[in-house]
Amino acid sequence: MAYSFPEEVLEHVFSFLSSERDRNAVSLVCKSWYDIDRWSRRRVFIGNCYAVSPGTVVRRFPEVRSIEIKGKPHFADFNLVPEGWGGFVLPWIAAMAGSYPWLEEIRLKRMVVTDHCLELISKSFKNFKVLVLNSCEGFSTDGLAAIASNCRNLRELDLRESEVDDLSGHWLSHFPDTYTSLVSLNISCLASEVSISALERLVGRCPNLRSLRLNRAVPLDRLAGLLRRAPQLVELGTGTYTAELRPDVLSSLSGAFSGLKELRSLSGFWDVVPAYLPAAYSVCSGITSLNLSYATIQNPDLTKLVSQCPNLQQLWVLDYIEDSGLEALAASCKDLQELRVFPSEPFVAEANVALTEQGLVSVSEGCPKLHSVLYFCRQMTNAALISIAQNRPNFTRFRLCIIEPRSPDYLTLQPLDVGFGAIVEHCKGLRRLSLAGLLTDRVFELIGTHAKKLEMLSVAFAGDSDLGLHHVLSGCESLRKLEIMDCPFGDKALLSNVEKLETMRSLWMSTCSVSFGACRLLGRKMQRLNVEVIDESGDRPETRPDNCLVEKLYVYRSVAGPRLDKPNYVWSMEEESPELIRS
Amino acid sequence: MAGDSRNGEAGANFFGFMQGNSRDWLMGSDGSSRNVTACSPEERKLELRLGPPGGEEFWSTKEHEKKISSRGRDEALASSSYFSHMVPAQTSNNSLNNMNTGQKFSTASTAKASAPNVSQKRTAPAPVVGWPPIRSSRKNLSSSSTSNLKPPPKSQDVVSNKISGEKPAESTGKGLFVKINMEGVPIGRKVDLKACNSYEKLASAVDELFRGLLAAQRHTSHSGKETKQEEEKPISGVLDGTGEYTLVYEDNEGDRILVGDVPWDMFVTTVKRLRVLKSSELSAANLGGNKQEKRSLESGPSSR
Repeated sequence: MAYSFPEEVLEHVFSFLSSERDRNAVSLVCKSWYDIDRWSRRRVFIGNCYAVSPGTVVRRFPEVRSIEIKGKPHFADFNLVPEGWGGFVLPWIAAMAGSYPWLEEIRLKRMVVTDHCLELISKSFKNFKVLVLNSCEGFSTDGLAAIASNCRNLRELDLRESEVDDLSGHWLSHFPDTYTSLVSLNISCLASEVSISALERLVGRCPNLRSLRLNRAVPLDRLAGLLRRAPQLVELGTGTYTAELRPDVLSSLSGAFSGLKELRSLSGFWDVVPAYLPAAYSVCSGITSLNLSYATIQNPDLTKLVSQCPNLQQLWVLDYIEDSGLEALAASCKDLQELRVFPSEPFVAEANVALTEQGLVSVSEGCPKLHSVLYFCRQMTNAALISIAQNRPNFTRFRLCIIEPRSPDYLTLQPLDVGFGAIVEHCKGLRRLSLAGLLTDRVFELIGTHAKKLEMLSVAFAGDSDLGLHHVLSGCESLRKLEIMDCPFGDKALLSNVEKLETMRSLWMSTCSVSFGACRLLGRKMQRLNVEVIDESGDRPETRPDNCLVEKLYVYRSVAGPRLDKPNYVWSMEEESPELIRS
Repeated sequence: MAGDSRNGEAGANFFGFMQGNSRDWLMGSDGSSRNVTACSPEERKLELRLGPPGGEEFWSTKEHEKKISSRGRDEALASSSYFSHMVPAQTSNNSLNNMNTGQKFSTASTAKASAPNVSQKRTAPAPVVGWPPIRSSRKNLSSSSTSNLKPPPKSQDVVSNKISGEKPAESTGKGLFVKINMEGVPIGRKVDLKACNSYEKLASAVDELFRGLLAAQRHTSHSGKETKQEEEKPISGVLDGTGEYTLVYEDNEGDRILVGDVPWDMFVTTVKRLRVLKSSELSAANLGGNKQEKRSLESGPSSR
């Protein structure tokens, strides 16, 4: 190393590495590179808040400006993780408050954030700029008031899908009159009314505001006034999009929309009244991202709106779009990259709309740049999946949900193994996959054989035996997250691939066939794995015989050891109870 | 990390898995692994079970069957996971039966899957927690419409309704969900006030949400034995104080008030949390003062 570059030069070179993985690789080269990376790392991403302790991170990277942390497992989105499970951000905030006075950005996903945390954030970091709370919970509008009051340099406040205890809309008035730095505000998840006049003043005095996503409580007749104050908006989420049809409201709204020359992204449209949609037509040609997944409009209005947007790259929509609308989309939107189609009636067995496999086939034919799909439908065929795979080998994310579990190919009544097999075989760059429909172990064999880049796999109601899980764990070399519900996968597959689990971020298995004995074994033998059984019966772990099946299992790698904030119903398999060890 | 005496054998198997030829067990030749997996699939297939043979549904049914026999305390658990999924819970059976219905869903669905004619009328699938994989915010979007069991409005209807200023009853908008807890039931629920629309419907929603849970709770706390005898009593009289329980709410100022004291619309705009309390333990002391009087001093709630 005598002829090495000076540290400053290396540090400058490293600064061009934006990827976390590259930085991690750099830090492994030698001691001096490790140190240079250590002192120059400004951004840290923690994929699982229990994988490492806050103290370790703070010691390892003393100069962090931006941190992103994820908490609960993904299946928490679908009600599978009981309340009180954990994912508390407080230990992180407390550690950072002492060590990172210059922290600027906190991005959290599926974490429990209390008002106390928000207050601590608002007072601890002198130059705090970005707070993104995605699918978080545990805080109220009082905590938001603390952020608004104290973070003078705040640029972004994004609450996305968080569940906020909505005490009052008054928090918005806590932004001081001198505060002008807001760039992005997303309050779409809030239920209560915010003061429109406070909102208008805030929007009016922040010249750099680019993104404004309102909540449903903002009435349509006040939207025009807000938009006129922010003609520079690039992203807009409307509030409720319904009002009595009045020509003056309509023309005022049309005028306000036509002033938005920079607008690229449009969402909101709760309770939409189709008669008011033409007001937004003037911006449609510039729109690249359209989220109509909360807009319960139907055809022909829906298709007409989508067809106004030829430059669309991202579309989220309810299944009201139907096959005909997707066909129109395929014909008019050649830049489409991402499509999500959500069910309007997810709990009704019979189809309420004419949306089938054909809609997805059309889009895969017509949109050459499409690489990400989430598609809820009620029927599928192997033939459709094969054409989709052949049409779009560039898929990186393919998530299909057929509402009724274990639905076969409805024409041949065969399992959908071959169809999903075609997806993994043709789409070499596939990173995320969700399976649905009737599937045997065969599909997992195909996935293990072909899906070498796959990072996240979601499975439900599929497979016949341990073999299925074994194929995935032994074959998918890039796999990082695996989530499984209601599959007959058990101990053998799990225990014969324990080393694989250490290379992954996490494994979730609920209502599968894994026994307590296997979990105990796994927890005891694998030091770097935290093995947690979720059991809400109120019993104690020592009462469970080894052959009893576990309801929910969550396994993740960690260098922090078993976590200390478990609720009673989370049983850590590393810690054997004294009785059990003695017996 | 050597295995203790109890688990020494299993530990050896474990390392056998790790080092040995993993194909061995795939061929079914590795009999010793049974020690770890006390109930291997082969053995389980031979066991007696409820429901028709041969389907994957066997697994989930079997699992719960097993738990019940080994613990006999599962009703509370089963009903909690069962109920937590959907707002309108079933009320006619006791929770054990409910649980079985939920688990048998897979049997039914497999059978139905062979006749996927989209126009065919089918009953809604029994709920499985976590399926379909939709965030709760999206469930809210749809729940108010599904609870009315009406088809989605045709767009013309929407136009005419909206233009005339009326909100259609089946508005597929986001529901107004409020947390509700019942004394003696550890599991909290949420109730959609938009779907209720009146105090009477709210009262019956309370019954629907908690009747099974309450029965299960009493059942587990009174006797550890598994009996289906425990009757599910309807929860009635929560509004007029004639029943065993009384419905109260906390408003946006944190005051606790009897449900029914103010007009429904005002209630909806101010309610923050609902509680079902034992009438016997309720006294005027722990309720807020005359709310209407207080209200009239403030600026009334905004009309939207």
